[in-house]
Amino acid sequence: MSLSLLLAGGAAGETSPAQFWAAIAYLVAGVFFILALRGLSSPASSRRGNRFGMAGMAIAVVTTLLTHELANPVEVLGAIAIGAVIGLVMARRIAMTAMPQLVAAFHSLVGLAAVAVAAAAFLNPGAFGLVDAAGQIFAVSRVEMGLGVAIGAITFSGSVIAFLKLNGNMSGAPILLPLRHLINLGTLAGILGLIAWFTVDQSPWVFWTVTGLSFLIGFLLIIPIGGADMPVVVSMLNSYSGWAAAAMGFTLGNSAMIITGALVGASGAILSYIMCRAMNRSFVSVIAGGFGADDAAAGGGGAKEQRPWKPGSADDAAFLMKQADSVIIVPGYGMAVAQAQHALREMGDLLKAEGVTVKYAIHPVAGRMPGHMNVLLAEASVPYDEVFELEDINSEFAQCDVAFVIGANDVTNPSAKTDKSSPIYGMPVLDVEKAKTVLFVKRSMGGVGYAGVDNDVFYMDQTMMLLGDAKKMTDDIVKALGH
Amino acid sequence: MDFITIISIFVLACFVGYFVVWSVTPALHTPLMSVTNAISSVIIVGALIASAAAGSPVSKWLGLAAVVMASVNIFGGFAVTERMLAMYKKKER
Repeated sequence: MSLSLLLAGGAAGETSPAQFWAAIAYLVAGVFFILALRGLSSPASSRRGNRFGMAGMAIAVVTTLLTHELANPVEVLGAIAIGAVIGLVMARRIAMTAMPQLVAAFHSLVGLAAVAVAAAAFLNPGAFGLVDAAGQIFAVSRVEMGLGVAIGAITFSGSVIAFLKLNGNMSGAPILLPLRHLINLGTLAGILGLIAWFTVDQSPWVFWTVTGLSFLIGFLLIIPIGGADMPVVVSMLNSYSGWAAAAMGFTLGNSAMIITGALVGASGAILSYIMCRAMNRSFVSVIAGGFGADDAAAGGGGAKEQRPWKPGSADDAAFLMKQADSVIIVPGYGMAVAQAQHALREMGDLLKAEGVTVKYAIHPVAGRMPGHMNVLLAEASVPYDEVFELEDINSEFAQCDVAFVIGANDVTNPSAKTDKSSPIYGMPVLDVEKAKTVLFVKRSMGGVGYAGVDNDVFYMDQTMMLLGDAKKMTDDIVKALGH
Repeated sequence: MDFITIISIFVLACFVGYFVVWSVTPALHTPLMSVTNAISSVIIVGALIASAAAGSPVSKWLGLAAVVMASVNIFGGFAVTERMLAMYKKKER
C-alpha cells in the first residue's frame, strides 16, 4: 500500500497537505482515546486518563473545524455551547444513585446523533465525498450508512426505554408481547434485507424504512427485559453506541471515529459479558427477555413455610461488631435506595477506631450498572482500598467474625450453590453464611429479592435479623457505637 | 481511505479495545461507561461536516441538531466522569 493511498483523506483519492495533517491529527485523537481507557486500570491513573479523553476530543473537533469550511461559525459554535451548558448542568446535578439513568440518556443521544448524521449524509452525500462520477452514492457507503442509521436508531429507542424503566417512569416488569420472538426476528431480517437492497436501489423509501424499522426493533427488544437485567441492557446499549460511531467512521473514512467505535463497542460487550456471568445468565436469555415474569412458577424450592428466625436490635449489632476482630460489610442496592452509605461509612470509621478490621465486599451486580456500588461507596468517602470484588474477598468470610449484609439479598443466597431448582442456581454468590455471625439488615421478613427466592441465611443460628429502614438502622448502630 | 485500510484499523482497534477494557479495574466500571459515552460522541466530527455543508438545508439542520446532542454528551460525559473519579480516595494513613 503506497503512503499516499494510506494518507488520502475522504474518498477523493489525492492527498493535500491539509488532508495529510488532518489524518495524522485524527489518528492522534484515536490514540488519546485508547490512553483514556488505559488510565482506568487503577483509580490513581484514572483522572489522567480522563484528561487524555478530553484532549483527544478537542483535537478531533478542532481538526474538523479547521479542515472543513464553516458555513456559519456562529451557528456551529452556538450549537456546541448549547450542548455544553446542558451537559455540564446535568453532570453537576445528577445524584450518584441515578447514574444508570444518566448513562442511558447519554446513550440515546449518541444513537440519535448517529441517525441525524447518517440522514444528513444520505441527503447530501456530495458534502461527505460519497458520490461517484454519475452522482450515485458508492455501494459500500450505502451499506455503511444503512448500518450506521440502523444501529443508531436501535441505540436511541432502546436507550429511551431503558431510561424510562431505570427512572421509574415505566414499570420494571417485563412486557411480553405474544409472538415477540417471531416479530423481532422478522423485523431484524427486514432491516438486513433492506440494507442489502439499498446497494441496488438508493431511493429514499429504502433508507427511511430501515430507519423506521430500527427505531421499532430497539423499542421491541428492550420492553420485554425486566428490571433485574438492566445492568446488561445498559452495557449492551453502550456497546451499540460504539458500533454506531464506528459505522459512521467507515462512512467518513475517519480513523478517530473508527478507533473510538471499536473501543466503545468492545467495552460495552465485555461489560455485558461480565454482568451476564455475575448473574449466571446467558446473553441470549437476557435479550430474549421475560426474567421475573415466571417467578410464581419457580417458587424457590417451596420454602414458604414459617421458619424461626432471630431478631436483633441496633444495640446488639453494635455490641457484636465492637467485640469482633474483622467485619465484612456487604452492601446492596437497597442500601443505596435508603441513602445509608454515609451512615455506613461512619459506622465503619467507628469500628476501625475500636481496632476492628473493616472491609467491603461488592458483588458485580450489587448496583444498577457495572461498578455502580463502588461509585456510591466512593461518594460516601469509603477508601477504595477497603472495597473488594467478589473473587478477591469470598475466601475471607470463613475467617471473619461478622458479615454485615445491608440492602442485599439474592447475592448472598447459598441456594445458588446447592439448590438446582432455584431460579438463581449457578449465580456466583458471597459466602456470608460462613462468617461466625451474620447481621442482616432488611426492611421486613416479608419481602424477597429481585429473583423472588427465600434466603436460608435468614434462618441460620448465627444470623441476627435487623429489621428496619437501612439508614435508620445504621444510624442507630452508629449511636450505639458512640457510647 | 480505501476500504482495506479502514477495515484494518477497525479490526486492530477491536483487539486493542478488548485488551484495554479487560485491564480496567471493576471498581471503575461505571466511570468506564460514562467516559466511553463521552468519547463515542466523536461522532460530532460527522455532525460538524454535515452542518457546514452547503446544498441541503435539511441536512444542515440535522447536522446542527447532532452537534448539540453530541456536545451534551461530550461535556456531560467527561464532567460526570471527572466528578466520579475525584471521589475515589485511598485510605489516609
